[in-house]
Amino acid sequence: MKIVSPRRLHTAGVVGINARNAEYVMRYNQRKLYPLVDDKLQTKRLAERAGMAVPDLYGVVRTQRDVQRLHETLRDLDGFVMKPARGSGGDGIVVIKDVSPKGLRRHDGRIMTFSEARYHASTTLSGQYSLAGIPDQMMIEYRVRFDPLFERVAYQGIPDIRIIVFQGFPVMSMVRLPTRQSDGKANLHQGAIGVGIDIASGVTRSGSWGNDVVSEHPDTGFPIAGLTIPGWQDILRLAARCHDITGLGYLGVDIVLDKDRGPLILELNARPGLNIQIANACGLGTRLARIEALGGDQATVEDRLAWSKDVFATDIKPT
Amino acid sequence: MSHRHHVPVLSAILIALGFVLFWYKAGAVGLPLTANVESDIWTVETRVSFVGDDQPVKVNLRIPNNPAGFGVLDESFVSRGFGLATSDVNENREAQWSRRRASGSHALYYRVSVYRDSAVIGNDSAPQEPPTVPLLVEPQLTAMGDIIRSVRERSADVATMTEQLLQRLNRPDVDDNVRLFVDDNASALDIARAAQTLLAGAQITSRIAQGFELRQDPHFAVMRPWLEVYNGARWLHFNPDDGQRFEADNRLTWYYGTSPLLLVDGRRITNIDTEIFVRRDVVDALAIAEQRASTMGSHAIEFSLFSLPIRTQAVYSVLLMIPLGALVMAVMRNVVGIPTFGTFTPILVALAFRETQLVYGILLFSFVVGLGLTARFYLEKLRLLLVPRLAAVLTVVVLLMLSISIVGHALDLETGLSIALFPMVILTMVIERMSIVWDERGPAAAMTEGAGSLLVATVAYLVMSIDQLEHLVFVFPELLLVVLGLCLLLGRYTGFRLTELVRFAELAPGGSKRS
Repeated sequence: MKIVSPRRLHTAGVVGINARNAEYVMRYNQRKLYPLVDDKLQTKRLAERAGMAVPDLYGVVRTQRDVQRLHETLRDLDGFVMKPARGSGGDGIVVIKDVSPKGLRRHDGRIMTFSEARYHASTTLSGQYSLAGIPDQMMIEYRVRFDPLFERVAYQGIPDIRIIVFQGFPVMSMVRLPTRQSDGKANLHQGAIGVGIDIASGVTRSGSWGNDVVSEHPDTGFPIAGLTIPGWQDILRLAARCHDITGLGYLGVDIVLDKDRGPLILELNARPGLNIQIANACGLGTRLARIEALGGDQATVEDRLAWSKDVFATDIKPT
Repeated sequence: MSHRHHVPVLSAILIALGFVLFWYKAGAVGLPLTANVESDIWTVETRVSFVGDDQPVKVNLRIPNNPAGFGVLDESFVSRGFGLATSDVNENREAQWSRRRASGSHALYYRVSVYRDSAVIGNDSAPQEPPTVPLLVEPQLTAMGDIIRSVRERSADVATMTEQLLQRLNRPDVDDNVRLFVDDNASALDIARAAQTLLAGAQITSRIAQGFELRQDPHFAVMRPWLEVYNGARWLHFNPDDGQRFEADNRLTWYYGTSPLLLVDGRRITNIDTEIFVRRDVVDALAIAEQRASTMGSHAIEFSLFSLPIRTQAVYSVLLMIPLGALVMAVMRNVVGIPTFGTFTPILVALAFRETQLVYGILLFSFVVGLGLTARFYLEKLRLLLVPRLAAVLTVVVLLMLSISIVGHALDLETGLSIALFPMVILTMVIERMSIVWDERGPAAAMTEGAGSLLVATVAYLVMSIDQLEHLVFVFPELLLVVLGLCLLLGRYTGFRLTELVRFAELAPGGSKRS
């Protein structure tokens, strides 16, 4: 176990949880705006109104009555995702590949019976996965068919791209690759790999898995560095606009790449995690300070993207 | 005030206020800083006994009047069938017992409890005016002049002069001048009286005090006179028997003057006897402080926890420790960075540890949570709705606690009974949360959080069980303002957590570089 002095971390511009909360989250994110991102249904509506791409919503399970009719709702669907509207950290998300008379086939091939699905829905409704244990709703939405780019570096799940947006400027980004350990979920706490992406070029660097640095996917063995994310400019634009539609100054934007529909906004986070620093081998603090030094001028989205790409470019070339 | 300085300034004010109040109560009121500080309490009992013959009787007993160097804790009179009145006579006090008809033997008691308190000045104040020169006739007048001149020549100040004088008065055989004032078999009181007269001739204020030394052994005390001389700044004490000066540390002044301790007025009163008993008790310093504050007229005690009923006090002695536990909690989470279940769960568990003791507490906690978790995993299969399932887990927890108590009691393990004090709702929530973490993040994460909670609970328990802290917070609740100030400061702590020093170690310059 390696331990370093706080002074050295500070010099490296690393942001700790306390500093993130006190200096960015509490300062730039107004409390009243939190529901916009904590409730994924609201986020979805907000984004749709602004004409931004999100996974289609097939239905919402709101009451126990809806739970009883779950079968009818799901019967005709091809593949879908069940997701608690107020879930956190990917808890309670179930990905279904297709529906058969026997039940629902999950992303890893296991079968979930309808009665299991009903139980899952009612547990979700009673608030098991919601942030404060308050009653919740379950969304049934489009299952993202991920881009072939990730086929070899994602284990049974959907990789997603996390971009930190500060005052409308993309600051840092990474792609999260599911592993066997993470059970196909793109959550770093659960064992997914975080891979840094160069803001200027959209090219991946080596990644972090737990506390280790990895350059190959532990399950598939394929290299994870040097991949170029397609449509990077669009992804950055999508992320930057999330600041404009929510008003949150410090924001984590999760975007997935769909094979057919391109980048889709999956969810927003008002308290994005700090592992992105490990994935990028770079502290957030220095970058955030440069944006603060701009004085908060309301530049256009394109201006902000250009500025970010110029200032935050790293010297990693595609391999 | 700018937003930036708001918190530090507010914290500084709170912390300063807490310490100032603390300082006042500790310093001025004298509330003890440590638990179980014990002070000597001297209980002096004066017993007056006599035999009456069915005639009116009046008994006057000199009693202490705010004795210098001592605080009076308690005073009581026991006198069955007698009327009692106390009155001030000059600088003295006396108790007067009276009865129309007193026959047979009677005993009157006066009891006083005192403690050493150098702050009590009592009658130690400066004399108002110089003494009047005694009116003497020849040959005493000339003798006085000679004696004063002689002792003054051989002394440097009031103290040495008094010593010289007393030594001379003790040896009347050597000097004829002295023989005019005291005879060969003069008592200590006679000598003191003569010294007072001669000192007055030298314009030096003196007085005769009667009292005794407070000592463990023997249990009875004998009233002795001594001479007190004012040297312009303070009263000095001299033993008339040998002229030695002494410090009045443990000497209790009962009264001043040459009058007798007891005056019995009545006909055919016989077998009059006075006995003085001294007993030393060790009493909690708090009791003394309380008494002292009330005599000082300070409201520090009146408006404190001590004015509450004992049962409420007991509750508060625990409650007041909770903010300290919360502070520990805040430090462990925000400065150290240990993950725990829930925010205040560890504090409540720590409170339960106070009853179960640490090792048993940890064992019982792990045992109940472990079995509860097993039950919870079974219930998971039954697909129950959340709230009924929580109710079921709670019921299981209560049943587990009950069986531990019963089995423990049967095995004569008293600790088994203390499990009942565990917060069962908290246990239930820990089980619920742990099983979800187990499902969603794996057993490792669940164990880490569980161990983190136990670790924080242990540290909080260890802090909350420091007797000294408990005493300080109970006696000086204003110290919680300091805790509040620290909490506010901690709320603005933006530095790294200790665990982050490991987590982000790779990011430090000079750390291992990526390829």
